[in-house]
Amino acid sequence: MQDQTALKSTNSLSSNIGTEPVIDLTGLCFSYSEKASPILEIDRFQVHSGEMLFIMGPSGSGKSTLLSIITGILLPQQGEVKILGQSFSQLSGPARDRFRADNIGYIFQMFNLIPYLSVVENVILPCQFSSSRKKRTGNHSSSIRHEALRLLTHLNLQDPGLLSQPVVELSVGQQQRVAAARALIGHPKLVIADEPTSSLDTEHRESFLRLLFDECLKSGATLIFVSHDTTLASLFSRVIELKKINMAPGASGGGKT
Amino acid sequence: MRNILLLALKSLRNRKFTVCLTIISIGLSVALLLGVERIRTESRNSFTNTISGADLVVGARSGPIQLLLYSVFRIGYATNNISWESYQEISAFQDVSWVIPISLGDSHRGYRVMGTERNYFNHFSYSSEQKLQFATGVPFNDLYEAVLGSEVARKLGYGLGKSIVLSHGAGEISLIEHDDKPFTVVGILSPTGTPVDQTIHVSLESIEAIHIGWQGGVPQAGARISADQVRRLKLKPTSITAFLIKLDSPIATFKVQRAINEYREEPLTAILPGVALQQLWQLIGIAENALMAVSAFVVVVGLFGMLTTLMTSLNERRREMAILRSVGARPAHVFSLIIGEAVLVTASGIAFGIILLYGLLLMAQPLLISHFGLHINISFFSSYELLLIGIILIAGVVAGLVPGWKIYRYSLNDGMTIKT
Repeated sequence: MQDQTALKSTNSLSSNIGTEPVIDLTGLCFSYSEKASPILEIDRFQVHSGEMLFIMGPSGSGKSTLLSIITGILLPQQGEVKILGQSFSQLSGPARDRFRADNIGYIFQMFNLIPYLSVVENVILPCQFSSSRKKRTGNHSSSIRHEALRLLTHLNLQDPGLLSQPVVELSVGQQQRVAAARALIGHPKLVIADEPTSSLDTEHRESFLRLLFDECLKSGATLIFVSHDTTLASLFSRVIELKKINMAPGASGGGKT
Repeated sequence: MRNILLLALKSLRNRKFTVCLTIISIGLSVALLLGVERIRTESRNSFTNTISGADLVVGARSGPIQLLLYSVFRIGYATNNISWESYQEISAFQDVSWVIPISLGDSHRGYRVMGTERNYFNHFSYSSEQKLQFATGVPFNDLYEAVLGSEVARKLGYGLGKSIVLSHGAGEISLIEHDDKPFTVVGILSPTGTPVDQTIHVSLESIEAIHIGWQGGVPQAGARISADQVRRLKLKPTSITAFLIKLDSPIATFKVQRAINEYREEPLTAILPGVALQQLWQLIGIAENALMAVSAFVVVVGLFGMLTTLMTSLNERRREMAILRSVGARPAHVFSLIIGEAVLVTASGIAFGIILLYGLLLMAQPLLISHFGLHINISFFSSYELLLIGIILIAGVVAGLVPGWKIYRYSLNDGMTIKT
């Protein structure tokens, strides 16, 4: 528990560093079709640089929709989405995809890895789609590989035998750590984790989270962690309940999860 | 783009088994299509190369194609003979430069024997005006001398001085042998890639000699005349099967042709070999087109197999697409990944098909020449074949558009939400 408080204090410390918000949503309103009632209505939502934010919400609360908007997959009908100072409404779909490739690391709930790629190939995948992340890891295939191995080592995946295994044969915990390494490679400014721990058992959850915090701190990335599991909330510098900021009346049902 | 192709390659490698089956089925269909096309053009070439130099082919009255087939290609049999007198009279026509008589009807171990005159070796030409060449030896001079086509010598292992016995009739196994009058091999021709290679050449007098004392296609009992007795008889041919005419000027071709077709003494047919070949192609063309159509459909079936493989994999790959989107892949990337797979599979299929085709051609070449007298050149692709290959590749891309478009839609709709 001592470690936790220590972690928490560093997090809150770093939260004050950023000047411009990493995420800035204003007057947001989103529905999946014109006739459907909005699933997401957010008046104002900001995340600052270096924050470790926990977004809490049960399924159906619009979590996935919110993440799709933040990552630029979906555009809201109303309101402004500004990520790292960039307004999404001015960007085309491919430009938003490129922006995501350059700036956002993403971890899924489970089955994060491309089955036909090796562990290292999975980790360096973002560098294939983003020249700036490639540049930040040294631009060379050898330096990219080196960085991938460094991240994997930090996440306790240094065993050569493990690295040569087909990714589908790794344990769920190992897969999630590979996914974390992939999200972190090339120092993206924003790391989003969508329930990355729900497939892990309690013991591994905390250690996984610690590794994730550690790496985000080192690379100066802002972390957004989405989960319905409140037991982890205490580890974060800030906790937000989605239903507190989402004013949409139809948010509790019918949404995507 | 290179990255996407590399991804496509790795993804295909992950599904080795089904992908290999698809590649094999496309490869087989490609080999079939190109094979049919190759046989078609090569057989035409082979036929066209067989005769050059002669302006007219003359035989007993029959259809032009039949006359061409038995006289030049040694396929089928003559309906009737031409009398020696008619032959001589026509040879004396104005405008006639030279004539080559052909007398068929005997064989040696399945190879046809052709009676002719020595001028055959000077005038007969094949391919583009190429004359016959002797690999070894000289033209026949004596009554019991023979000149072998290159393949006859090679297949039967005959050399100069070898004594051979001719058989009556053109079958592989003959019941009646001219064993009382053996022939000596005095010359062997160089390979021509035409039916000449499968022919044994003797003089017209020799043909008469071995049939002397025969009546109605069988030897008459008690009427055997020995080889030496025959020699003293100073035989003159009484009839021949067909003859080739070369005119002084091709302008006279139609005039001479009409004169022969209206010849009073005997019902004869004179044909222009080129025209008769065209008629043959028209006849065969229907079957060829049917074969090509069937082969094309087989290719379509092969591509549908690939389409099925790609389509069935799509649903399970939606997760993969979501992951790719999360690392910054655009829907266009996802689309090109599938198209890339289609292109890789089709291209590998084509490559496999081409290897298969050339392998089969190499194996079939000796068989075709020995069984059908069909010489197949193993050459690089013709522009038409390259066109066919291009069309197949494009068809593969088009087939890939369907799953590509579908995954593009999925990818737009799903975004990074994982659907299973």
